[in-house]
Amino acid sequence: MNQDKLIALALMTVALSAVTGLAVITVFIFKEGVPIIVDAGLRGFFLSSDWDPAAGRFGILSMIVGSLIVTLGAMALGGVFGLSLAIVLTQFCPAKLAAIIKPVVELLAGIPSVVYGFMGVVTLVPLIRTYLGGPGLSVLAASIVLGIMVLPTVTSISVDALQAVPRSYWEGSVAMGATKWQTTHMIMLKAARSGIVAAIILGMGRALGETMAVIMVAGNALEVPGSLLDPVRTLTSNIALEMGYATGRHREALFATGVTLFVIIMIFNTTALVIARRGAGKRGPK
Amino acid sequence: MRRLSPAISQRIAMGILWLLTLATIAVLFYIIFYILIKGLPHITWEFLSQAPRSMGRKGGIFPMIVGTFMVSGLAVLIAAPLGVGTAVYLTEYTRESRFTFLLRFGADCLAGIPSIIYGLFGFVFFSIALGMGLSVLSGALTLALMVLPTIIRTAEEAIRAVPYAYREASYGLGSTRWQMVTRIVLPAALPGICTGIVLSLGRSISETAAVMLTAGSALRLPQSAFDSSRTLALHFYILSREGLSMEKGYATASVLIIIILVLNAFAYWLMRRFIRRAY
Repeated sequence: MNQDKLIALALMTVALSAVTGLAVITVFIFKEGVPIIVDAGLRGFFLSSDWDPAAGRFGILSMIVGSLIVTLGAMALGGVFGLSLAIVLTQFCPAKLAAIIKPVVELLAGIPSVVYGFMGVVTLVPLIRTYLGGPGLSVLAASIVLGIMVLPTVTSISVDALQAVPRSYWEGSVAMGATKWQTTHMIMLKAARSGIVAAIILGMGRALGETMAVIMVAGNALEVPGSLLDPVRTLTSNIALEMGYATGRHREALFATGVTLFVIIMIFNTTALVIARRGAGKRGPK
Repeated sequence: MRRLSPAISQRIAMGILWLLTLATIAVLFYIIFYILIKGLPHITWEFLSQAPRSMGRKGGIFPMIVGTFMVSGLAVLIAAPLGVGTAVYLTEYTRESRFTFLLRFGADCLAGIPSIIYGLFGFVFFSIALGMGLSVLSGALTLALMVLPTIIRTAEEAIRAVPYAYREASYGLGSTRWQMVTRIVLPAALPGICTGIVLSLGRSISETAAVMLTAGSALRLPQSAFDSSRTLALHFYILSREGLSMEKGYATASVLIIIILVLNAFAYWLMRRFIRRAY
């Protein structure tokens, strides 16, 4: 009997690893990053676009704006494509075909982000430069590359949400003479709404956090972009680009950039979790 | 304006949806074939077995292959027992409560943290505070935290899918809870658990930002877990970003893609086996 209690205790300790990890990460990132935010003042840090580490000026406004714009662009694309894929997979596609398409989408999630970035540089960027003008390395290029990268996230969570809708909803609608498409957009999408919203918010979190691919295609200029064809620097790329040689206050400022990113992502993810959970609780028995 | 008839609007909607689906699949195949066609011709035995010369312009990628598997393998070795242990605790040893809610919430949050933040954390915590420097071990510990939520979630799903009757039968024969878990539940859930582990391995191999800040970018062959090592993904990034060699870049990317393809295929095969056995 005692042995069983001991094992339970040991397993409980192991189970605390994820929460402990989260706590330690939070503490260390904040400990390194918060002092300089306090030092520079909220206005000097968040509301200034003047990033000049050599002169000790650390304003990250242009990067916050850059990150948000690129993320919105990515979601416009990844959301539409990802959701379409989820609808096709769950509503229109024969089960055998779905069994082939699904692993293909999972593979899309498995490709390293540097490969996406590289493909963006060799194919997309020249296209944009030639046909649309500008340097090619741009908000648009970053949005497209990120859109493709977050698509699997949107698809897989939307698929789960759509599959969780009771079969009887679908049957009821079709029995009343609705077409498959009417059933899909009037019944299924409505019933799975909270899951789909959660999928899109989680996708945004992914896009916001992606680093290497964005560095390669976004151009990384330190300005608020004026158009889709302008280069842009995101919070993540700022960290990865400068961490290699930063020391002292400069490095602290990069950690502060990390703190900003961390807080934005936590807000996104908690919102998604709450929405998903509320949606799951609302639904009646199958 | 007259409304479209339901049949026609269905046609249009399905046309658009299928078009978007096919476009997505086309993009995937385009990426894979583009890289493989440009890269495969440059993969030779020498490329796989030699060290790079002149910063990677010449020579091979042997140290990076070793480094990649050291970092990722170690990460998974660390994360797997923790993840599976957590899953066992959540499914077999406790009831839903505030405490389990907290555990799950922690794992969910961890899953959402971007890799660059893991990199920053690993750098100040493992590399500096714990004095590991830029090393395989520091990179592996960082990646272990990163893949932990994936392993927990897949293991939990796999364990939950084991029919309840198995547990009752085991108890009926007089086994203790631990015997039931180790001899009945875990073996039955093993393929599902392995799927999660294999996918985590793939994710560790693909990761760049986090290992860049923790494992460093040394070109030497790492002799132990305390040496710095450059992974394949980072090597590819440096090759293409600094314009060192397109040929070697494509070849390195091909090796990466082939590893990911093999791992995904293996995970898929395990999953199919698991599904067939569970139902």
